[in-house]
Amino acid sequence: MIAESMYQELILEHYKHPQGRGLRDPFDAEVHHVNPTCGDEITMRVRVGDGGKVEDVSYDGQGCSISQAAASVLHELTTGSTVPETLAVVEEFTRLMQGRGQVDPDEDVLGDAVAFAGVAKFPARVKCALLAWMAYKDAVVRSAS
Amino acid sequence: MSTAFDVERIRKDFPVLSRELPGGRPLIYLDSGNSSQKPVQVIEVMREHLAMHYGNVGRAMHVLGAESTEAYEAARDKVASFVGAPSRDEIVFTKNASEALNLVAYAFGNPVNEDPRFMMGPGDEIVISEMEHHSNIVPWQLLARRTGATLRWFSVTDEGRLDLSNLDELVTERTKIVSIAHQSNVLGTVNPVARVLARARQAGALLMLDASQSVPHKPVDVAALGVDFVAFTGHKAAGPSGIGVLWARAELLEAMPPFLGGGEMIEAVWMDRSTYAPAPHKFEAGTPPIVEAIGLGAAVEYLSSIGMDAIAAHERELTRHALEALGEVPGLKVVGPTGLEDRGGTVSFTLEGIHPHDVGQILDDEFGVAVRVGHHCARPLHLRFGIPATTRASFYLYNTPAEIDALVRGLHHVRKVFA
Repeated sequence: MIAESMYQELILEHYKHPQGRGLRDPFDAEVHHVNPTCGDEITMRVRVGDGGKVEDVSYDGQGCSISQAAASVLHELTTGSTVPETLAVVEEFTRLMQGRGQVDPDEDVLGDAVAFAGVAKFPARVKCALLAWMAYKDAVVRSAS
Repeated sequence: MSTAFDVERIRKDFPVLSRELPGGRPLIYLDSGNSSQKPVQVIEVMREHLAMHYGNVGRAMHVLGAESTEAYEAARDKVASFVGAPSRDEIVFTKNASEALNLVAYAFGNPVNEDPRFMMGPGDEIVISEMEHHSNIVPWQLLARRTGATLRWFSVTDEGRLDLSNLDELVTERTKIVSIAHQSNVLGTVNPVARVLARARQAGALLMLDASQSVPHKPVDVAALGVDFVAFTGHKAAGPSGIGVLWARAELLEAMPPFLGGGEMIEAVWMDRSTYAPAPHKFEAGTPPIVEAIGLGAAVEYLSSIGMDAIAAHERELTRHALEALGEVPGLKVVGPTGLEDRGGTVSFTLEGIHPHDVGQILDDEFGVAVRVGHHCARPLHLRFGIPATTRASFYLYNTPAEIDALVRGLHHVRKVFA
C-alpha cells in the first residue's frame, strides 16, 4: 500500500535514532513552532559562525515519525553548510512537499531528504514534514537580525 | 428487545459501509465519535425534501413554504420526544453543539438581560472540567474574559473520572453555571450528573450538559436528568452536519436574551428597537438549516425505531470486546476507565513509542480502519495525562466485534513496522 512507501527505511531510522537532537549552546536564535492540528511541536536553535556557515542546528520536540525524522535529516543536511546553501535545500524540500506527489525532486540538492517524497502524497502529513524546515527558516532569519 | 437487534440488517441501512476503499480494502469505520455515518432513511428524507418540498420556513405563504415549515417543525417535535423534552418549544435548533454552548454562554453578563441568574461580573464563577471538548471550554473562557468572572474546573482522576473530592469547594454560592460533558469524547467516561446537580442546586447554580457523546448512543431524558441546559449535535447521531440542538427549560429560554439577531427571531422591529419572538424562534435568527433539521428528525426516528436501549446494549458489548482485545496488545495503554461501569463506546489509547499519527496512517492505509488520532479537541485532558495525542476508536450501532478484531490486527502490524 501507499503508506508503506511513505515510511521509508531512512525515515524510520532517523525516527528511532535522531541525529543532533537536544538543545545546545551557543546559539544565535531560538524558535518554537507548533502544528496546531496535530500538536506536533519543535524548539530549534541555530548557530551561524563567521562567513555565514551554519555551525549547529539543535532541536527538541515531539511528534510523529515524519516530523521527528524530518528534524533529524535537517540537522544533518544543514550543519556545516553555508546559510544560502541550506536555504536552497529548504526551498527544494518545500517545493517537493507542496507538489502533491507530482514533483520530480532534485536529489543533488536534497540528499537524504528525498526519502520524504512519499509524504507529499498525503496532504494531512505534509505539515508534519515541513514543521522543522519552517522552524529552521524562521530561526535563520532571526539569527541574521 | 436486544434479541431483535440485528447488526447485519442495520449495516444494510448505511450505504457507505458496503463501499470499498482504493486498493480493494473494506471500510472499517471506528470514528463515529467524530462523526457518524448516515442511514438511507435519513438520506432519502433529505433528498425528497430538497427535490419536492423545499421552500423557506415560517414566512412563505405558498404550498412549498407550508410544507417546509411543517416538516421543519415536525422535526422539532421528533427531537423533543427523542430527548424527553416537556415542551417542543424547549428545542432550539442551532448549527451544532458548539453554537448551543456559545448561545448559553452569551446569555450571561449580557446588558440586554435582566434576570439575576444570568448577570455576571467579577466575583462570579463558572465551573467546567478538565475532560471537556474545546467547545465546552473556550466559550466559557471567553465569557470569563468578557465579564471578569473566574473560570474554575474539576480535575480528572488517573482512571479518567471526574474528581469530585472538592465538589463543595468548587461549586459554591459564587458559581453561576456549571457546564460539563455528559460523556467524555476521549475517555468514554459517563459523568455522575446527579451528584453535580445536587450540589449545583444547593449553591443556586445552573447546570449545563454537553451531551454530544451521549444522546446518540443511549436513552437520554432531559426531564429525568433534571438539568437546565443540554447541548448536542446531529451529525454524531446518524443525522447530517450543520444542525445541532439546545434544550433548555422553557422558563430559562424566556429569561435569556437573544443570541443572534436577524429575521425570524423578532416580533416587531422599529428603527431603534425590537421585540422578540418567543422561544425557540427567539434563538433561531435567519434562515435555519431546514433540510438538516428535517434530516435530524429522520435520524432520531430511525434510532428510535431500533431502540436506544438496544443500541446502548450493543455498544456495551462492543466496548467489552474492545477493552479485552486491546488489553492484549503489548505496549497499549487505555486512557480512561478500563471497566464497563459508567462508560460508553469510546476507547482511546497510546501505543508505546509510536505516535498516534503513525498508528492512524497505517491502520487506514493498510487495513481500511478509520480511527481518530490527535488530541480530539480535548488538549487540556491530554496535557493532564502528559501525552500529546491518543488513538481513539469509537463505536456505533453498525459496528461489529469483527471490526474491532481488524483494529487489533492492524495494531499488531503497526508495532511490527516501528519495531
